[in-house]
Amino acid sequence: MEDKLIRLAVNGRDEAVVIQPLATLQDVLRDKLELNAVKSGCGQGGCGSCSVLVDGELQLSCLTLAERVGDAEVTTLEGLNETNAIVPLQQAFIENYAAQCGYCTAGMVMAAKALLDRNPAPSRDEIVEGLSGNLCRCTGFAPIVRAVQQAAQALSDTGEEAS
Amino acid sequence: MSMKELGVVGRNVGQRDLESHARGQTTYYEDVHYPRMLHLKMHRSAEPHARIVSVDTSAAEASPGVVCVLTHEDLPGKKVWNGLAAVGVGPEDEPILAFDKVRWRGEPIVAVLGESAEAARAGAAKVEVDYDPLPGVFDVEEAISGSLPALTAHWPNNHYIYPDDHGAAQIRFGDVEQGFAEADHIVEDSYQTSPIEQAPMETNGCIAKPGGDGRITVHTNTQAVHFARDNTAAILGIAPGKLRFLGGTVGGGFGGKVDVAVEPISVLAAMRTGRPVKFKYTREEEMQVSSTRSAWRLNIKDGVMDDGRIVARKITSYQDSGAYLRFSSYGSMKHAGHMPGPYTIPNVWVDARVVFTNRPPSSAMRGFGVMAASFAIELQMDKVAKTIGMDPWQLRLLNAYRNGDMRAHRKVNEDAAMVETIQAAAQLAGHELPAEYQAMTSWDRKAS
Repeated sequence: MEDKLIRLAVNGRDEAVVIQPLATLQDVLRDKLELNAVKSGCGQGGCGSCSVLVDGELQLSCLTLAERVGDAEVTTLEGLNETNAIVPLQQAFIENYAAQCGYCTAGMVMAAKALLDRNPAPSRDEIVEGLSGNLCRCTGFAPIVRAVQQAAQALSDTGEEAS
Repeated sequence: MSMKELGVVGRNVGQRDLESHARGQTTYYEDVHYPRMLHLKMHRSAEPHARIVSVDTSAAEASPGVVCVLTHEDLPGKKVWNGLAAVGVGPEDEPILAFDKVRWRGEPIVAVLGESAEAARAGAAKVEVDYDPLPGVFDVEEAISGSLPALTAHWPNNHYIYPDDHGAAQIRFGDVEQGFAEADHIVEDSYQTSPIEQAPMETNGCIAKPGGDGRITVHTNTQAVHFARDNTAAILGIAPGKLRFLGGTVGGGFGGKVDVAVEPISVLAAMRTGRPVKFKYTREEEMQVSSTRSAWRLNIKDGVMDDGRIVARKITSYQDSGAYLRFSSYGSMKHAGHMPGPYTIPNVWVDARVVFTNRPPSSAMRGFGVMAASFAIELQMDKVAKTIGMDPWQLRLLNAYRNGDMRAHRKVNEDAAMVETIQAAAQLAGHELPAEYQAMTSWDRKAS
């Protein structure tokens, strides 16, 4: 099988990349486009650290074949800060000390964004469910859940979108 | 100085790297990208204990995308090592790449360098090792029973020998046998903890990058960057100044990233090929190969009076080090250092042994040695309370160490807070304590 040129829409940019057959979206985002916020904790869909949005839907980039993404719009955590301004969801993670080593944080923020984009006023149970595919080993999940609750509150106060 | 004048104490202080984490801008070892980078995968032992009859790397070398393979014959310096050799712990017992024997399933034998991770993996799978299986040793008490052969020539009885020929980290305080003779009750039990994987979100890994100046830059997620550099230099027989180790944010460690498991072989591969080399544990390797917290077995015998005073405590404990020493001698020292628990007992006897088995080598994890001691001792305290029909809170308060008490390690206790901590916990838990137990303090034991 030969290398292949594909086009991807990532964080609002049109990217052309040469990929190996069966390359995952994670490989392309990390190794070709150097979007380092996409982490690689297990490579088998078990930890959520590689979470990205594909046309707004939460996806595990380690289980997504790059060439199957097609015209869909891919968003990584870097895509939230195109104008450098921090978004309320990220601010809530900071204020709630919702990260320690930080390795799971990008995936957590993306999972939370996917949740808030479809359900701006989630219950605590819905937040827990929304983050259930994402593992953390140091902070503990309580501050992360509190961060998402605060972000949801901030959004309902201001009427803004999550990010 | 009033609280008002203090800048940090009593306040929430911002975590410096939180914004960077939230933006996804924190740099971990894996976030540097080099062109022409090679990937290293290890061929590992399929047997827990076997003689290596032969190793055939020809199919691996011929595998598409494989650049080179490394065996123990390629090691320019040490063949066996221990990370604490520089501070006098030894003898060095662990092969960097196995030769003649394997002693645990997962032991590294051949490193395979490929143009991609997949090429290296496919190549590593083609290494052929012919084994002559040997009986495995999986139980700590069986291991030292004398009925099984020694795993290595270093440890004829399959347990570590501390300096001055001690087969265990020991405490001898008072006379336990006399204590048992005087006691109203003898309470005995055996306790077992399991090995625990630290399971950080980011697996062990490093990238070794040769520079034009003859130095190798190593991006690593070790928890101990200077320790890793010095050990890598010692293993390869090169000057530490030839190595530039760059640590950084560790994606979770918990003790699971101090073994210098990936750096030496990656540096050797980078020296050999002149190319950047990445060695990243898969999640499977992290769970099955990287060292765990040791499993511990403790046999505890207490002599107890009718009124609840524990007058003698004898503990024999066995730390399952797995096949090699790593930091276990330190672990068992720390373990013994926490005996006989936060209690004042006049007669104490402890033998804490490091035992070798055919399990994966164990190593550091958050307070290693301590957790197993506390787990067993507190279960034993509950068993003592149940045996003599005493409230377990009161039993602990009665026996808790006080300031001024001589500890079994011949150190006078100071800054005790055990009594007050139990009292506060009882209050929070809604557990009623009699007035004399509420009146106890760490400064005297008059209420007893």
